[in-house]
Amino acid sequence: MSVTARAPTEEAPLTVRDLSVHIEGAPVVDGVTLDVRAGETVALVGESGCGKSMTALAVMGLLPPAAHVDGGTIRINGSDTTRQAEHAMQRLRGDKIAMIFQEPVSSLNPLMRVGAQIVEALLSHRRIDQQAARRAAIEMIDRVGIPDPETRFRQYPFELSGGMCQRVMIAIALICEPAILIADEPTTALDVTIQAQILDLMRALTDETGTALLLITHDMGVVADMADRVAVMYAGRIVETAPARALFARQRHPYTRLLLGTIPKVEGQGRTLLPTIEGVVPDMRELPVGCRFHPRCPLAGPRCRQEAPPLAAAPDDPAHESACWFADRVGEIA
Amino acid sequence: MSAPLPPPAGASRPVRRIDRRLIPVLPFIAVFLLFAIVALFAPWLAPQNPYSQDLLGRLRPPGDVVRGTAYLLGTDELGRDLLSRVIYGARVSMLVATLSVVVSLVIGVALGMLAALFRGAIEILIMRIVDVFLSIPPILLAIITVAVLGPGLINVVLVLALTRWPRYARVAFGQTLSLVNQPYVRFARHIGNSTPRLLWRHILPNIVGPITVVATLEFGLMVLFEAGLSFLGLGVQPPMASWGSTLNVGRNYVATAWWIALFPGLCLFLLILSVNLIGDYLRDRLDPTSKR
Ligand SMILES: Nc1ncnc2c1ncn2[C@@H]1O[C@H](COP(=O)(O)OP(=O)(O)OP(=O)(O)O)[C@@H](O)[C@H]1O
Ligand code: SF4
Ligand SMILES: [Mg+2]
Repeated sequence: MSVTARAPTEEAPLTVRDLSVHIEGAPVVDGVTLDVRAGETVALVGESGCGKSMTALAVMGLLPPAAHVDGGTIRINGSDTTRQAEHAMQRLRGDKIAMIFQEPVSSLNPLMRVGAQIVEALLSHRRIDQQAARRAAIEMIDRVGIPDPETRFRQYPFELSGGMCQRVMIAIALICEPAILIADEPTTALDVTIQAQILDLMRALTDETGTALLLITHDMGVVADMADRVAVMYAGRIVETAPARALFARQRHPYTRLLLGTIPKVEGQGRTLLPTIEGVVPDMRELPVGCRFHPRCPLAGPRCRQEAPPLAAAPDDPAHESACWFADRVGEIA
Repeated sequence: MSAPLPPPAGASRPVRRIDRRLIPVLPFIAVFLLFAIVALFAPWLAPQNPYSQDLLGRLRPPGDVVRGTAYLLGTDELGRDLLSRVIYGARVSMLVATLSVVVSLVIGVALGMLAALFRGAIEILIMRIVDVFLSIPPILLAIITVAVLGPGLINVVLVLALTRWPRYARVAFGQTLSLVNQPYVRFARHIGNSTPRLLWRHILPNIVGPITVVATLEFGLMVLFEAGLSFLGLGVQPPMASWGSTLNVGRNYVATAWWIALFPGLCLFLLILSVNLIGDYLRDRLDPTSKR
C-alpha cells in the first residue's frame, strides 16, 4: 500500500488531535495525535494497559462511564465528533466507522442467526428491502471466505468455529463499507494459523474498499506483516510514529527498540516464549516525573528524570517522530 | 475465550430431544391447561347459571337432584350450583392472575432494564423503590393498597400489578447488567444499534428465560393472593364467584356442608401446585443462574 498515493490535501478519514482521556484522575490517554488515511493500515502498538483500547473507544464514542475526555478533537470523515450528540454518533457507527475486537464467539448474539445479524447491521443504516439485504449479506459471507454462505446464513453462532465467528464479525463490521475499521487485537483469541488467515482477509478486504484500518496489537510480528505506519504508545502517550519500513529499519525511541526485541523467534517448535521488556508498566495514577519511560530505559540520564521529551520529527525524516531526548543514540541499545 | 459457548437456553438446536425432566411435569401441565380451558369457556361449560338462587335447594350435598336438576358438587348456602360457581371462580382466578402478571411484568422489566442501561440517578431511584417494595410483606402491601383503592376485580388487578412489579424489575436489572458488558452487546453498539433496538433485539430476548421463570412462580402467587383478598372480602365482590370468597362462606358450614369449602380449596391447591411445578421445571431448564 502506498502511503502517498492520495493528494496530501485530502483529509484522512480518521484524524485524532491531542486526545486526552482520564479515568479516576489517571491520564490513560494523554495528548494522542493520530491519522489513518484511506487505504492505509496504521498499527497502534504498546504493552497491556498503555491506553490503546481507550483511544479506540474514545474514537467510537463508547468510553466506559468512568472515563472522561479532557480535550482534543476527533474527526471522522471530516466532521468533528467530540461535540456530537449520541444519536449522531449512533448513525456513524457501523456506517462510517466500525470496530471489531477480541472475543469473536461471544461478540455475536447467541439467539440470533448469523445472517440476521449481518442483515440487521445493514438495515440499520441503509434503506433497502429485506430481500436485497439478504442477498447482500449472503454475498458478504462469501466475501469473508466462509464456504456455503446460504447454509451459514441460517446458522446460530454456536454452530460456528472461533475463526468463522471472527469472519462473521468482520462481515458485520464491513457490510456498510465504512471508511474506517478499528480492529482491537482481532486475532489474539485465535490460534496461529487462523490468525494469519484472518489478517490476510482483513488486508484483502480493506485494500479492496480503501478502508482505513487502525489495527491495535501488541504483537510486533503482526505489525511487520500488516502495517503501513506504526504508532507506538507508552503509558498513555504516543512515543514514536513512523512509516513501518522506516521504523523497522531504525528506531528513534528506546521503548520501540525493546519492543522489537519481543518478536518471538519462530524456530524449532513454533513459538518460543515471548521475551518481555524489563521492569513494569507504571501505575497510571503515579506516573514518573519527566520521561515516563525513564525507570525502564537503558539510556536514561538526569534530564530524562526532570523533563518530559516532546514528540519531534527526525532531522532527516519528517515522517518519523519520536519523544526521546536521546533519539539519535537508540541504535546503541543491544 | 476461543472455546465455543454452550448453546444458550432457548436457542433452537439442530436436534430436538424430549427433555426427560419434562415427563413428571406433564400431568401438571395438563391440569393447568384444563383450568385455562374451563376459565375460557366457563359460560358453555357451567351446567347452571352461577347466580341463580334456589332457596328451597340450599346446602344440598354433591350429586343431589332437586326437581329434576342434578347438582354434581352440591349447592351453596343460597342454593346456587357449586360446580358452576367453581367454574366461574376459575375464570376470575385465571383472569386476575394473567392480567396482573402481564401488567407487572411489563412495568418491572421495562424499569429494570432502564435502570441497568442508564445506571446513575435513574438506577438509584428505581432500585431503591424496588428495595422498599420488596421489604414489605406482600400480602400486607396488597391489603393496604386495596384499603386505599377499594375492592373489586379491576382494583385487585391494579393492586397486584402495582405491588408485584419490583420482583421483575430486580431480575431484569441483574440480567441486563450482566448482559450490557457482554461482548455481543458491546459489539451491537459498536455497529450503530440505537438504545431501544439494543434493549429490544439484543438484551430482551436473552433475558426472557429468567423472566418467564419469575412470571410462572408469580402466577401461582397471584392466584393465591386473589383468593386471599377475596377470602377477606377485599377482592372480587358478591355475587361474583371467586374461590376465595366461596371458601370464606364454606368456613361457616364445614361441619354441615363440607363441600362448599372443599371444592374451591381443592381447585386452588391443584392450580397453584401445577403452576409452581411448571415454574420449577422452567427454572431448571431456562435459568442458567440457578444451578441447584
Ligand atoms: N473500566 C475501567 N475503569 C478504570 N480503569 C480502566 C478501565 N478500563 C481500563 N482502565 C485503565 O485504563 C488504562 C488503559 O487501558 P486500555 O484498555 O486502553 O489498555 P490497552 O492498551 O488496550 O491494554 P490491553 O493490551 O491489555 O488491551 C489501563 O491502565 C487500565 O487500567
Ligand atoms: S527521554 Fe530519556 S528516559 Fe525517555 S526514552 Fe529517551 S532516553 Fe529513555
Ligand atoms: Mg485493549
